[in-house]
Amino acid sequence: MSDVKKIATRESYGSELTAIGRDYPNVVVLDADLTKSTKTCVFQKEFPERHINCGIAEANMASIAAGLATTGKIPFMSSFAMFAAGRCFEQIRNSIGYPHLNVKIGATHAGVTVGEDGASHQCIEDIALMRAIPGMIVMNPSDDVEARACLRAAVEHEGPVYMRFGRSAVPVINDYPEYKFEIGKGTVVKEGKDVTIVATGVCVDSANKAAEKLAAEGIDAEVINICTIKPLDGELIAASARKTGKVVTVEEHSVIGGLGSAVCDALAELAPTPVKKIGVQDVFGQSGTADQLMAFYGLDAEGVYKTTKEFLGK
Amino acid sequence: MNKLELQKMAVEVRKNLLIGLHAAKAGHPGGSLSAADIFTYLYFEEMNVDPKNPKWEDRDRFVLSKGHTAPGLYATLALKGFFPVEEMTTLRKLGSRLQGHPCVQYTPGIDMSSGSLGQGISAAVGMALSAKMDGKEYRTYTLLGDGEIQEGQVWEAAMMAGHRKLDNLCVIVDNNNLQIDGAIDTVCSPYPIDKKFEAFNFHVINIDGNDFDQIDAAFKEAKATKGMPTAIICKTIKGKGVSFMENQAGWHGMAPNDEQFAQAMEELEKAGEALCQM
Repeated sequence: MSDVKKIATRESYGSELTAIGRDYPNVVVLDADLTKSTKTCVFQKEFPERHINCGIAEANMASIAAGLATTGKIPFMSSFAMFAAGRCFEQIRNSIGYPHLNVKIGATHAGVTVGEDGASHQCIEDIALMRAIPGMIVMNPSDDVEARACLRAAVEHEGPVYMRFGRSAVPVINDYPEYKFEIGKGTVVKEGKDVTIVATGVCVDSANKAAEKLAAEGIDAEVINICTIKPLDGELIAASARKTGKVVTVEEHSVIGGLGSAVCDALAELAPTPVKKIGVQDVFGQSGTADQLMAFYGLDAEGVYKTTKEFLGK
Repeated sequence: MNKLELQKMAVEVRKNLLIGLHAAKAGHPGGSLSAADIFTYLYFEEMNVDPKNPKWEDRDRFVLSKGHTAPGLYATLALKGFFPVEEMTTLRKLGSRLQGHPCVQYTPGIDMSSGSLGQGISAAVGMALSAKMDGKEYRTYTLLGDGEIQEGQVWEAAMMAGHRKLDNLCVIVDNNNLQIDGAIDTVCSPYPIDKKFEAFNFHVINIDGNDFDQIDAAFKEAKATKGMPTAIICKTIKGKGVSFMENQAGWHGMAPNDEQFAQAMEELEKAGEALCQM
């Protein structure tokens, strides 16, 4: 497995954004003194006149992006998820969401895989916050391929979009010919009949690997990759739940308000089913390496495998 | 418009904003009245806008950062012809396009939604930046309350405007000295306001914001100023034009009852008649 290609989705953000910049002259990029971390420095190098460094002033950046959008620009505002979704929640809600402006929010360093910086920088509430804003698209790509597809879809979508990217390199899992991306559509990565594992972002890889371990013990898990958390592909999840009768959700986010909550919302209406939510269990993160933290919070393959087995009573 | 015509129009703006507030039984008269002369000057003298084509891409932009004084802006836009003046009585009512605070999607002539203080000036900076990027000639104006500048985001925006030398941006501060909880210098003083904007690399002009001669001179000076944004600090009277509302913090967010409304309208009618005899 050591030869699997690994790329951090923030790298995908900087790189694809630059390619998008070539195709869309009205795309402008804003950052708040984190260009080397969010990778918007790549865009800045090629299009210095279309890159606006706002300094360490994220709230101002969000409302400036809104003003730019009113004039026909397509602004991508970039920061860590903590400062984009967290610090700027109200600016995003009132300056961008309420007027339904065409602003794209590129939030990097989401979740616990921020690692050593610790809880202050590990945003595990952003999906909950952004999902609550009417008209906001919320996407959490699982790898480089999906991150790039997400960005292409976002620039074509008219209206606000929140995209979540990670700091740490993650395996490329979607580089197969049939892969196709559409906002609001989930993907059945592996078919199965005993349990449905719905995962998002970096946890799709955990779910895939957990499903392999379960298969070795005769448990046939269906794995669904949900990149778009809002609007959620509820029908796809409900159809799977009707088949398997049990659903596990996996996310690098709090179990409050994220993918797990969104899945429960959908299933409660479409196909009431017992659900086990794997995620950060209403606690703050801590320092550690990305891998250590994924394991500590039970978000790695081993954690998903164990929790799923327990949930199935096996 | 000449000064007399502007003065007469400002009386009409004041009457119509009060008609709206009275019908709504809620809203913000104090800051709408203090800024009525500024609204009037902007839309009837200064800004290049077309009521028949509100989304014209080369128009001058205005962001009402102190969004709670929407009634003053709505009355001005209606008198300018963006929508019928009769609509003022729908203010704040269910289904109305005259929401309690400005909404860019609903109301013709509104360039940006606002209401949450401190955000409008940043949006105006975004509009001014966009004009610079595209080499467009339009100017962007934004009106802030003097209480509003207690918001930290205002100074983030000011820093950016000064840093980027946005001489196509004009920031106007309605310095009526009152906020909800009282005088701004007793709640949490933002003074000296002019020195603060100067420190953020603005050209600063101090004027009486209820005097059209001074307003006219200031906006001409702002337009002629190159290489830096301009801030016009307008000393105004909260509740200006209605005797019992003037300089009363209590009229920040309260609508007049029937009796008070009748008295206010009578005072404004008289003011209008006096101007007609000049």
